[in-house]
Amino acid sequence: MEIPFVTEPRKDTGLYNAKVGIWLFLASEVMLFGGFFSAYILLRVGSVEGAWPMGLLNVPIGTFNTLVLIVSSVTVVLAWSALKLNQFGKYKFYQAITILCALTFIMVKSFEYRDKFTHYDVVLNNGTRVDGHLVERTDDHIVLSHPVSYPAEKGIGYRPTAIEEAKKHGHPSEEAASSDSEDHGDGHAEAHDHGHGGHGDMTIAVSDIKKMVNWGPWANTYFAIYFTMTALHALHVIGGALVIAYLWGPGAKMWKTDPERYTNRVEVSGLFWHFVDLVWIFLFPVLYLL
Amino acid sequence: MSGHTPEEIHQEVSRYLKVFGVLIIGTIVTVLASYLELPSMAPTVALALFIATIKGFFVAGYFMHLMDEKKMIYGIMGATVFFVVSLMFLTIWAMGDPPTNTIYP
Repeated sequence: MEIPFVTEPRKDTGLYNAKVGIWLFLASEVMLFGGFFSAYILLRVGSVEGAWPMGLLNVPIGTFNTLVLIVSSVTVVLAWSALKLNQFGKYKFYQAITILCALTFIMVKSFEYRDKFTHYDVVLNNGTRVDGHLVERTDDHIVLSHPVSYPAEKGIGYRPTAIEEAKKHGHPSEEAASSDSEDHGDGHAEAHDHGHGGHGDMTIAVSDIKKMVNWGPWANTYFAIYFTMTALHALHVIGGALVIAYLWGPGAKMWKTDPERYTNRVEVSGLFWHFVDLVWIFLFPVLYLL
Repeated sequence: MSGHTPEEIHQEVSRYLKVFGVLIIGTIVTVLASYLELPSMAPTVALALFIATIKGFFVAGYFMHLMDEKKMIYGIMGATVFFVVSLMFLTIWAMGDPPTNTIYP
């Protein structure tokens, strides 16, 4: 028995099956991300005054990724339009750009993740907290590059940056931090300035370290919600890109046998892709800018 | 959605490109607005979310064709919006008694 309304729309709804299916799926997705956004709001509001880390994410990189997703959203609708105009070559071209954009987004995101996973928060025995990129680790000592130090009670990732420091000096905290970084932990830790714009490497004796954790999702609630939301979004990007790539590659055979159904499939995959873009449009300002 | 004749598709393509321009401008404005030294966090958040909502409207309305969809889709999304808004109201409702010390030094 042939399944009805695979291609032609039902008379009463005016919709084919897959269209109803994808919108119901997107409705559940809206609820999923809505739940995480609401969790984010509560976590942020509930944090101790001034303890919520700010300015730890790279805004130009986030902006670049936002633009990449916007471009991919446009190429998806242009690809669908090309199919409607019977221009299969153009469709292939536009969707190739979409797939490249998806790969670019994931690549950039993975660099951002790597940056966080190699960034360590170190609490010293003398009550100082230092964070920086771990460049060397031995049994005796560790070396952090671009260290930023502040009192431990300020919390992970404290930056008096954007608002306070910019008002005072017009420059964020790293310089102030490097001046702090010369004497830590009973004289065992010292900063070595290698002359890169005033940023130095800091050597810390293992015996001076009270606690050490990298900026992964386990570091604190901020990183937990950041990684949960962006990783969930990245999984959606990967899933959407796989479907689009399948339709672009092996799945494209259907264009010869059933072009209308194929076009519908592309439309449905496109709707999912736009949703992925839509989620990022809200994630970007919430996580990177606020 | 309608727009199945070649002329209508060409019109839509031109609309897509305009929306693309709006989204690019919206992104730039969002980033620039984050550098504004507004008196407190509340207007900063409101402004960023306002711009994001406008961008979202354009994506959903034009790229996802919600400006010109069938009633059933509006029904599905209407119910979704109702539940998401309810969820956010619950969140706002909980503001008087939020979880404490979610971030502590």
